[in-house]
Amino acid sequence: MHDTAIVFLELGGIILALGVLGALALRAGISAIPLYLLAGLAFGQGGLLPLATSEEFIAIGAEIGVVLLLLTLGLEYNASELVSSLRGNARAGLVDIVLNAAPGAIAALLLGWGPVAAVAMAGVTYATSSGITAKVLSDLGWIGNRETPVVLSLLVFEDLAMAVYLPLLTAMLAGVSLMTGAISLGIALGTVTVVLVIALRFGRFIEAFVSSPNNEVLLLKVLGLALLVAGIAQELQVSAAVGAFLVGIALSGELAHEARALLMPLRDLFAAVFFVFFGLQTDPTKIPPVALLALLLALVSIITKLLTGAYAARRAGIARAGRMRAGIALVPRGEFNIVIAGLAVAAGAHPDLGPLAATYVLILAAFGPLAAKLVEPILTRPPSSAP
Amino acid sequence: MEIEQTSLPGIGLKHEFSTHSGRRVAVVSHRSGRRDLIIYDRSDPDRACEAIQLNDEEADALVELLGAPRIVQRLNALHSEIEGLVSIQLPILPGSPYDGRTLGDTRIRTRTGASVVAVVRGPQVNASPTPDFRFTAGDVVVVVGDDETTRAVADILTDGG
Repeated sequence: MHDTAIVFLELGGIILALGVLGALALRAGISAIPLYLLAGLAFGQGGLLPLATSEEFIAIGAEIGVVLLLLTLGLEYNASELVSSLRGNARAGLVDIVLNAAPGAIAALLLGWGPVAAVAMAGVTYATSSGITAKVLSDLGWIGNRETPVVLSLLVFEDLAMAVYLPLLTAMLAGVSLMTGAISLGIALGTVTVVLVIALRFGRFIEAFVSSPNNEVLLLKVLGLALLVAGIAQELQVSAAVGAFLVGIALSGELAHEARALLMPLRDLFAAVFFVFFGLQTDPTKIPPVALLALLLALVSIITKLLTGAYAARRAGIARAGRMRAGIALVPRGEFNIVIAGLAVAAGAHPDLGPLAATYVLILAAFGPLAAKLVEPILTRPPSSAP
Repeated sequence: MEIEQTSLPGIGLKHEFSTHSGRRVAVVSHRSGRRDLIIYDRSDPDRACEAIQLNDEEADALVELLGAPRIVQRLNALHSEIEGLVSIQLPILPGSPYDGRTLGDTRIRTRTGASVVAVVRGPQVNASPTPDFRFTAGDVVVVVGDDETTRAVADILTDGG
């Protein structure tokens, strides 16, 4: 058979399978991310249906998926929201980092994986999935709740922390010296600051350049700009993902809204490819030995996120039930954690890191929304002491 | 009454207030244009026990239903505050010369000096109608002026003045 024919057959098979899985997830009311990961495991080495020909194409598709994930995430925020969130929630944000990065880092150190893997695992256990959490909030009608601004600000804080963390991790994974690492972190921080300032002061000019009444032109300009900046960022060792995130931040208002609507279908396609690719790279036979550890890590992470949510909500004057909801909403892990693990795996971190991260995300992406749904009726039952 | 504004990063804005009977109500304005009308739980004031999604059209309808009687009330308050200022409501009766014609055709302001500030049609209030607004029988025209000019407007609308 012709090569192209095989690539089409494989890609068609994967995408169709993802569509069916997505439909199943929708019916069950859970996130599709764990199912996509499982699909990747099934298609990959040691899986049920190993693919060969289309792996290169899928790899590039996965890279584009990461860029699009972060671009659309950046489009959701504008610079002033980021700055005000940073000012108002620094303390809760720091508690979030300390409590939730610690389990991953400690686990990696106890396993003797070394400091670089510890930094990667810290990121894997730290970041909440803003995508899944936003969906949980809207599905359960929690958007109007008074603890929701607290949860959203924490998500914004995490995303900003990622903008600093990803370049740091990239530099460490590249095995550069302390000096070079410090320089590339400096470049990253400098870039983030410059972009924030440009977005705050001169956002209008970028918007005037990108803006177009024609959807096709707008889509091409935004996507082109994001990929270009992602490429430059990658070249500077800042990580392509952060570059795309910053492009998203710089665009705001009506333009960002339109661009997001145009990019959503593309993002959904390539993000799904990205999850499959991560699954492909993970050998399913490596999972059973780390399953127990992943479960333990997930349990600890649930508790630390509950504590984080409770602390942040209490500071905002929210009562007990709301504090609980804030914590539960922060439990899901997903795209970011896989992005981080993906970087680590690609750079050749400890071979168990990939399977551990995959299992961990599988558990929390599935359990987080489910827990929120289960907890809802318990929390809304009127207390017996009420008049 | 104090309206509290909270930004919801990535979603939009929330405006929230307490009624005098102690219920909390909020409106979440999504960037997409969607509006949620939120009513908070009595026993758990942090929880939205009711979140009603409204699209543009529904939100407008709700505003009009709540706002229509208020416009007339405010006008009445206005003319009791300023001596000599009168606001009257004049129906367009079937057979009126302006049934089916526009506000511009009446040349009310030029001829009398009084102003048409609103036209009420059923539950809908058209505040500050433009000259091309077309009357139909059953409309109620809200006119502001003094005794003399508003009477002149009444004459114009009933028999063409």
